[in-house]
Amino acid sequence: MMTLISIVEIVISVLLVVLAFLAINSKSLIKSVMFLSSLSMLAVIGFVLMKAPDVAVTEAVIGSGLVTSLFVFTLLAVRKVGKKI
Amino acid sequence: MKNFLALVFTLFLGFMIITALSNNEAFPKYGEADVSTRVSQKYLDRSVNGNPGEIIFREATNLESGPANTVTAIVADYRSFDTLGEVTVLFISSLGVALLLGSTKQRRMELDFHPNFMLKVGSRALFGIILMTGIYISIHGHLTPGGGFPGGTMIASSMLLLYLADDEFRAKIKGFKILESAAGSAYVIIGLLGLLIGSYFLENLLNNGVLGYLFSAGMIPIIYVLIGLKVGSEISGVIDNFLTEESV
Repeated sequence: MMTLISIVEIVISVLLVVLAFLAINSKSLIKSVMFLSSLSMLAVIGFVLMKAPDVAVTEAVIGSGLVTSLFVFTLLAVRKVGKKI
Repeated sequence: MKNFLALVFTLFLGFMIITALSNNEAFPKYGEADVSTRVSQKYLDRSVNGNPGEIIFREATNLESGPANTVTAIVADYRSFDTLGEVTVLFISSLGVALLLGSTKQRRMELDFHPNFMLKVGSRALFGIILMTGIYISIHGHLTPGGGFPGGTMIASSMLLLYLADDEFRAKIKGFKILESAAGSAYVIIGLLGLLIGSYFLENLLNNGVLGYLFSAGMIPIIYVLIGLKVGSEISGVIDNFLTEESV
């Protein structure tokens, strides 16, 4: 019997694989970072469904908050250096 | 051709892993493992040294390990030495970033990005809320999910918002460095105190109290707040290193 939660779990796991593929294969770097961020956001839901709230909190803060902003700032800095040359 | 070889190699590796992990003594079939003989059950029952008292929220006293959150009981009590190693790993990585990107004369990096009014006001309004959430999560690490590492990272995220809000803003990095080294040293000193007064490194010297209250679990809230401060100041330093450049 499929409960609602198990359907949500399957949808999330499929979406995780799709987003990981897009994050690796997208041509523009900023899009890649955004896909990575949304992958972390979905992983947070997955961790909550697997009853691991500690991991979920850590993933939410580090994966979709800090790492994304550091990537974006690094991309901005690299773009600036590229313009100078 | 390259992609095809990668696919074959990945399938081969997956096959190896699955056959190695399925149906032997260390990894039995799902549902067949006898969990009651494993050490994790002893962590859940708080009965590693025998004497399993009944665990009742807000009633149980003198348990082997005080925190209501079992993950914290493992991370900061049973396996506290591992956590000391993790903190050291983070310290070394921030040291590497500082060696690569840091220099004595620094100024804010000029990016193609200038915060508008909405971003400035919104970041400053959110700064306090995120900082308070981070401190709350660090302090309540032994009761609710979270703890020192996510709490410290939230503190660092609030600093990042301040950097986002102001082109010229720079945190007082010297204070962060003092805070970081003081918190790290205090963690080691607490461990050595356990060795001196008690019998082993990082022994929980204080009374465990009643399970589930804020002032319980002895040393563990103190250790987690120290970890939170250390992680927060370290990652703030890393963010500052990312967003500054050498002044010409």
